[in-house]
Amino acid sequence: MTRQTEQLDRVVIRFAGDSGDGMQLTGDRFTTASATFGNDLATFPDFPAEIRAPAGTLAGVSAFQVHISDHQISTPGDAPTVLVAMNPAGLKANMGVMARGTTLILNVDAFDERSLAKAGYAESPLTDGSLSHYTVYEIPMTSITQNVCKEAGVKPRDAERSKNFFALGLVSWLYTRPTDETLAWIHQKFGGKPQVEEANTRAFRAGYDFGETAELFDARYEVRAASFEPGTYVNVSGNTALAWGLIAAAKMASLPLFLGSYPITPASDILHELSKRKEFGVRTFQAEDEIAGIGSALGAAFGGSLGVTTTSGPGLALKGETLGLAVSLELPLVVVDIQRGGPSTGLPTKTEQSDLLQAMYGRHGEAPLPVIAAKSPSHCFEAAIEATRIAVKYRTPVILLSDGYLGNGTEPWKLPDTSTLGTIEPNFAVAPNHENADGTAVFWPYLRDPETLARPWAPPGVAGLEHRIGGLEKADGSGNVSYDNTNHEKMTHLRRDKIAGIANDIADVEVDDPSGQANLLVIGWGSTFGSISAGVQRTRAKGQQVAQVHLTHLNPFPKNLGEVLKAYEHVLVPEMNLGQLSRLLRSEYLVDAKSLSKMQGSPFRAAEIEAAIAEILGA
Amino acid sequence: MTTVEIPLTTRKDWSSDQEVKWCPGCGDYSILAAVQMLMPDLGVRREKTVFVSGIGCAARFPYYMNTYGLHSIHGRAPAIATGLATSRPDLDVWVVSGDGDSLSIGGNHLIHALRRNVNLNILMFNNQIYGLTKGQYSPTSEEGKITKSTPFGSLDHPFNPISVAIGAEATFVARTHDMDRHHMQEMFRRAHAHKGASFVEVYQNCNVFNDGAFEGITGKDNRAEMLIPLTHGEPIRFGTNGDKGVIQGADGHLEIVEVASVGEDALLRHDEHHDDPGLAFALSRLSSGPSMPTPIGVFRDVARPEYGESMTAQVDEAQAKRGTGDLDQLLRSNSFWTVD
Repeated sequence: MTRQTEQLDRVVIRFAGDSGDGMQLTGDRFTTASATFGNDLATFPDFPAEIRAPAGTLAGVSAFQVHISDHQISTPGDAPTVLVAMNPAGLKANMGVMARGTTLILNVDAFDERSLAKAGYAESPLTDGSLSHYTVYEIPMTSITQNVCKEAGVKPRDAERSKNFFALGLVSWLYTRPTDETLAWIHQKFGGKPQVEEANTRAFRAGYDFGETAELFDARYEVRAASFEPGTYVNVSGNTALAWGLIAAAKMASLPLFLGSYPITPASDILHELSKRKEFGVRTFQAEDEIAGIGSALGAAFGGSLGVTTTSGPGLALKGETLGLAVSLELPLVVVDIQRGGPSTGLPTKTEQSDLLQAMYGRHGEAPLPVIAAKSPSHCFEAAIEATRIAVKYRTPVILLSDGYLGNGTEPWKLPDTSTLGTIEPNFAVAPNHENADGTAVFWPYLRDPETLARPWAPPGVAGLEHRIGGLEKADGSGNVSYDNTNHEKMTHLRRDKIAGIANDIADVEVDDPSGQANLLVIGWGSTFGSISAGVQRTRAKGQQVAQVHLTHLNPFPKNLGEVLKAYEHVLVPEMNLGQLSRLLRSEYLVDAKSLSKMQGSPFRAAEIEAAIAEILGA
Repeated sequence: MTTVEIPLTTRKDWSSDQEVKWCPGCGDYSILAAVQMLMPDLGVRREKTVFVSGIGCAARFPYYMNTYGLHSIHGRAPAIATGLATSRPDLDVWVVSGDGDSLSIGGNHLIHALRRNVNLNILMFNNQIYGLTKGQYSPTSEEGKITKSTPFGSLDHPFNPISVAIGAEATFVARTHDMDRHHMQEMFRRAHAHKGASFVEVYQNCNVFNDGAFEGITGKDNRAEMLIPLTHGEPIRFGTNGDKGVIQGADGHLEIVEVASVGEDALLRHDEHHDDPGLAFALSRLSSGPSMPTPIGVFRDVARPEYGESMTAQVDEAQAKRGTGDLDQLLRSNSFWTVD
């Protein structure tokens, strides 16, 4: 049969199956093939907290959504155009987001009575007419995979595990993806286990060939390469980019990198990535708990390393006491919080932005510190460098906020020219800085730089700079223990002013208001950047005006922010929390910032942003 | 390698200009003096020496040493010192702590620093009371202790710090007391010489809230009968005339006997280097408090790879194999593509 290849400008595919079905791997491979093919893309891995939840249940469904396009995109897509479901639960869990007319590719072998019952289907959706408004492809993925593997002597039970590669092969055919790279990857990954390699290769080819020969599909689809600026690109996740950013920052500062960390979802991948990179002089320490994670990082910072600790919300709470010490010691420290749904264990594998106020205020005493947030997976690289720059220059702990969506999500990233990254000057103290009344030269650890208010950083090892610092209040200048009441107030002001003064050292916010006619400003921070941008674009496409600002620096705010906010009649703040930034904006600038909240463990859809804008602007 | 001469110093060089603010008569003074006087003998440099502490009376120690110092937060000193010692193997890092700091709020950090064998000299001043918070019972206080927070007597069974340290498989474990400067200095010297984590329990008198807690065993007139000196390779023997000793019974447990009743050859010979911690642990169980004959000295001194050194070795190995890290290569370590 002759088939035509239809051109699509974009497609959103969601792979869904059991936690053990390898859906993350399948999605990841499809993404990589699409990335190297040249599409723009964004991904959204969506999986449960349990490693292997009861098989076949809705609780155990693991999904991976990927949006590929021939133009620039900023989100993993509001709703899939294609759902690949490996079992009834994968279908049922995702039907809520599938619009009529979209495509369902189902592993019909898994739709037996028992599996249907486990997913909560009283009747099979294949026969009860409930799928009549969809294009449904029923494909016996498991049995075909078992058949082709049998010829290679693979037992049916083992072969069954390769069915995700069948699905990958089929979808690769359907969307005309190149196959060489995936086959090479299978060889590289499973080469050590020849039978597994053989099974996966056969399954992948069988899926691809099935599409070609089964005469089930009227057409194949093609999403052409997007036009990118010239350069070298990688598909990068936020956690990987963040780890690389830390390595780059340490190199820029010529400081050894020390990571003290305790495993926690969704931050552990940063620990994994950094622990692989010891050739950069990186020391990773898996501590006994979150407290020791930050404690060891602070100890390393005292010793002259770039101290870093990585965590998520509950871990940040445990680190609060040591953060207070770090504020008091005025040592550089980078604290990374990959936020997740809370409070408590909450939704450990799902995303949320609900730690902003904890980052701002979650400490004892007056303990201000800089807070910055990454806005996309690749931006985590830059954000890590910026966090380090501020920490080192101002001798302060900095909290860097990312979240589960950014941490696990990926996007193509044009690699920076590393020769232009610049340097970060640690400016270690080298000599005494004060003369006593009797003429002896001494070192005062709290004698500040008059411009930045930063104190000298004097790691042990330099004779003549021996000094003692601690959590007790220190006398301004000498750093000796002081219980003097006016000194305490002065030190409190100095610590505040030092952080506030960083506003002079960060860029003004850029307002995206092409017409200059908008009377509504949408302002966000962190991972909502993609969704808000898409919602704003849609609004503009309808001919309406709306302005957009996205914040990276949350403490201190950029200097021009108040002025910008006051220039708009309406201010809308979409956040994946109950309105934490809007609360900060209201209290800081007395503006009527309206909150748009979402706490469903998944990013905003562009349509949700568009609708909220429309409500203010009127249709 | 060039040898750099260590400058000759005196106690004065190691004393900071800060006024010492412990209560008059506190045992901490004699420990501070012992350390300050010992430092010139250790062949170390002030600028390469760091004292790290947590919270409590003992934790003020770093302020009085003219070295680098870090007075941190309650219980966390071993964790903070671990980051410092592993990232700066060139430094001598001492941790000064108390029984509450080390065994209550910081118990977790202590046992993990010990099991990892981080190169730290941990001095734990045990006064069996919370001094800085004005007299509550501590995790080493005896059962039934009447304090402000236990007017009807404490219910807690106390920790034996030596047992805890040996249970965590610490590679160097010793006990000394604040009434014997010479013995303290010997223990501190040994702790310093040991590569890896060294744990020294110092019986320390809190003359305000728990005065005389150890007088029954550390008082000049009581020591001969109540302290059991541990000397490597020697039979374990004590008493005014050396008439008492320690034997290992058939079931492995240790007991105190009259030497005359068993004969000298039957006495247990102390072996600090015994690999299995069981025997050292049994020694720590001879006494459950300072009212009984109590072993003093080095319980255990064994060799095991030091954590920071192993960490450095992994870095060195990676660099020998892959060079010192190329950023461009790192960014291209996953599949990449080029757009012209």
